[in-house]
Amino acid sequence: MKNTVKQIVEKYGNDKTRLMDILIDTQETFGFIGQEAVELLAHQLGMSQVDVNQTISFYHFFSTKPRGEYAIYLNDSAVAHMFGRQAVKEAFEKEVGIKFGEVTADGKIGLFNTACIGMNDQEPAAIINNKVFTRLTPYRVREIIKHIREGRKVEGLINESFGDGKNQLPSLRAMVSSNIRRKGMILSDDYVYGSVTRDILPKMSPEAVIAEIKHSHIRGRGGAGFPTGLKWEFCRRAKGEKHFVLCNADEGEPGTFKDRVILTEKPELVFEGMTIAGYAIGSDEGVLYLRYEYRYMKEYLEQVLAKMRAENQLGKNIGGIEGFDFDIRIQFGAGAYVCGEESALIESLEGKRGEPRDKPPFPVEKGYLNQPTIINNVETFATAVRIVQNGGEWFTQFGTEDSTGTKILSISGDCMFPGVYEVNWGFNVADMLNMVGAYDVQGVQVGGPSGTLIGPDEFHRTLGYSDLSTGGSMIIFGRQRNLLKDVVLNFMEFFIEESCGSCSTCRNMTQVMTNKLKKILNGKGVAKDLDDLKQWGKVLQASRCGLGQTAGNPIISSLKNFAPLYDALIQKDKDFDEGFDLVASVQNSCKYVGRVPNFNHH
Amino acid sequence: MSKPIIATTSLAGCFGCHMSILDIDERILQLIELVEFNKSPVDDIKTFTKPVDIGIIEGGCCNSENVEVLKSFRKNCKILISLGECAIMGGLPALRNGIPIEECLHEAYINGPTVQLNKTGIMPNDDELPMLLDRVYPCHEIVKIDYFLPGCPPRADLIWDALVALITGDPMKLPYEVIKFD
Repeated sequence: MKNTVKQIVEKYGNDKTRLMDILIDTQETFGFIGQEAVELLAHQLGMSQVDVNQTISFYHFFSTKPRGEYAIYLNDSAVAHMFGRQAVKEAFEKEVGIKFGEVTADGKIGLFNTACIGMNDQEPAAIINNKVFTRLTPYRVREIIKHIREGRKVEGLINESFGDGKNQLPSLRAMVSSNIRRKGMILSDDYVYGSVTRDILPKMSPEAVIAEIKHSHIRGRGGAGFPTGLKWEFCRRAKGEKHFVLCNADEGEPGTFKDRVILTEKPELVFEGMTIAGYAIGSDEGVLYLRYEYRYMKEYLEQVLAKMRAENQLGKNIGGIEGFDFDIRIQFGAGAYVCGEESALIESLEGKRGEPRDKPPFPVEKGYLNQPTIINNVETFATAVRIVQNGGEWFTQFGTEDSTGTKILSISGDCMFPGVYEVNWGFNVADMLNMVGAYDVQGVQVGGPSGTLIGPDEFHRTLGYSDLSTGGSMIIFGRQRNLLKDVVLNFMEFFIEESCGSCSTCRNMTQVMTNKLKKILNGKGVAKDLDDLKQWGKVLQASRCGLGQTAGNPIISSLKNFAPLYDALIQKDKDFDEGFDLVASVQNSCKYVGRVPNFNHH
Repeated sequence: MSKPIIATTSLAGCFGCHMSILDIDERILQLIELVEFNKSPVDDIKTFTKPVDIGIIEGGCCNSENVEVLKSFRKNCKILISLGECAIMGGLPALRNGIPIEECLHEAYINGPTVQLNKTGIMPNDDELPMLLDRVYPCHEIVKIDYFLPGCPPRADLIWDALVALITGDPMKLPYEVIKFD
């Protein structure tokens, strides 16, 4: 083991800021990162064991115990539940003979829950040894487990045809479907990649590139909506030894999968956008931070990068521009939603726990390795290419005044055609529902769990930064769904799981509010509980990052837009109910000490 | 008007809050002029003998007896005050809340480093003993609580001011120092 660990660490130049890569390789080599490995890593890197351990403990896909030769991660998102996850889960437990969270005694198979893996349009889905398995059924589960027991390799477990589009390429061979249902400027096939860096960039100064981006009024596509041109300008002006371009492909917001599709179908466009950004801000290094759930794309994306290098789209003197060097590497995460927050992403990229930083300073001044850094979403970079190609003015004809351009939506849930749709901003929700074949809709979750849950009264609203802002996740819930129990509670449990724990507001209040929600769902709620939830939700605003600030949104927005659902559960004849059950609460202790609960002599 | 009646109790607490009540020093004589004590460790009255105006609770609930006492306070008192960290949040006893009760009992009676005489591994299971709850509950998760006085323990002056305010009906001074945390 000693030599292997040494080789891994040396592969990354004994650099502690590459701890994520080092841990990923260690985990993949040994199946877990045990105490012995931690000691070796700490020694080799000149770090304390605690520092190594704190990074390990932060990420869902790192484990200090073996996860099994076949580690099965079954997606736990609300939509997975809507499409039969429970039966699939039970089938797994029955076939394997263990519960989720356990590994079989022979160390062969481990079963684990995992947060949304970006396959909401093909649920229930699971990841087995980095391969994605979509549309699982109990029958398929029985088959997969049988084949594992027969000793098949993970590739041999796939008997579905591969997905559409580039998912069929030899370097991907994924059963994932891209499901592109509507194309616009980004997903269209009329752009020949490389033409901007080859033909246009050499004729433009970096300032002129930024001017076009600013003129286009494009705002960040990840959800927060910061003007991209300004970000690039700030970063260009900031002084530092080196500037960095980071692409945020962490895509952890449940229900979002459009970045997966863009990276599958148009990776060159994204990398070219990063290159243009590198030219604009004066950077020679870009990093694509890709969520570990998309590890199956590693070989494919690396081949794309290699091809671009061979064609002088990356490398030295790109496009014949003397002195313009730029290259991109891929950094994988290891399963943490909060790493989609830009400063948490930087921390993770530096090999640390993905805890958001205090701001200011903003990343444009002090970002990755404390140097000026821009971080943009996958879609933003892809869009930037088309803006530079056609000019900022051209871009403003799409969308609305305050939300220019197109938006790629990830649409899932109760509709006939889930998938990816590129629409102009300003599209309204009712039109969207018609487009995707969704009828008898109870509610739509706009922007994922951290966004807003709206009902039919608001379907006239339009998608845009001034009305319904969204990073692209749209989940549709039909009339048959129990919104509070199946959706809101699932989303709150997601936030409890994914809170980094740094701010007490987000760490505690998510738990407290969820307990209150459970109490209401159990029929113990009173009117005051609803007031409490409204008041307490505000406390979350004090959190440091966007995750914490929005972690109460599932409850807050459903309270606002679906008040009758809550009112129906509230006890009308009581103004106080503790929801406390004495009989249930003494059950375990009495059983353990060996006595029969007795309430008579009280 | 007859004197308001006060009752106090310590549930899963350390009696520190009661000590803090005594820390009002000679004002206790003034307090006796203002109020009458009923069930309380202060005068050692064990059960309620009449309806009470203000009940003061120290400590949260860790066992069935705590729940029983707290419920009897709610039944017999017009106003209930959670006094101190344990009553309000569970306090130190609630440190066990993240650990399954079985593990806590095992550690306390079987496995703990100071356990030496329990050779047969017996657990306290006499029917007379209160039954342990699965976790320690703050009082407001069991019954309705009207007021909360924070502190560990709350300062004597705070207790004094709160009682005076309740009895006289005057507004209470709550300077930043008494409600800040950390």
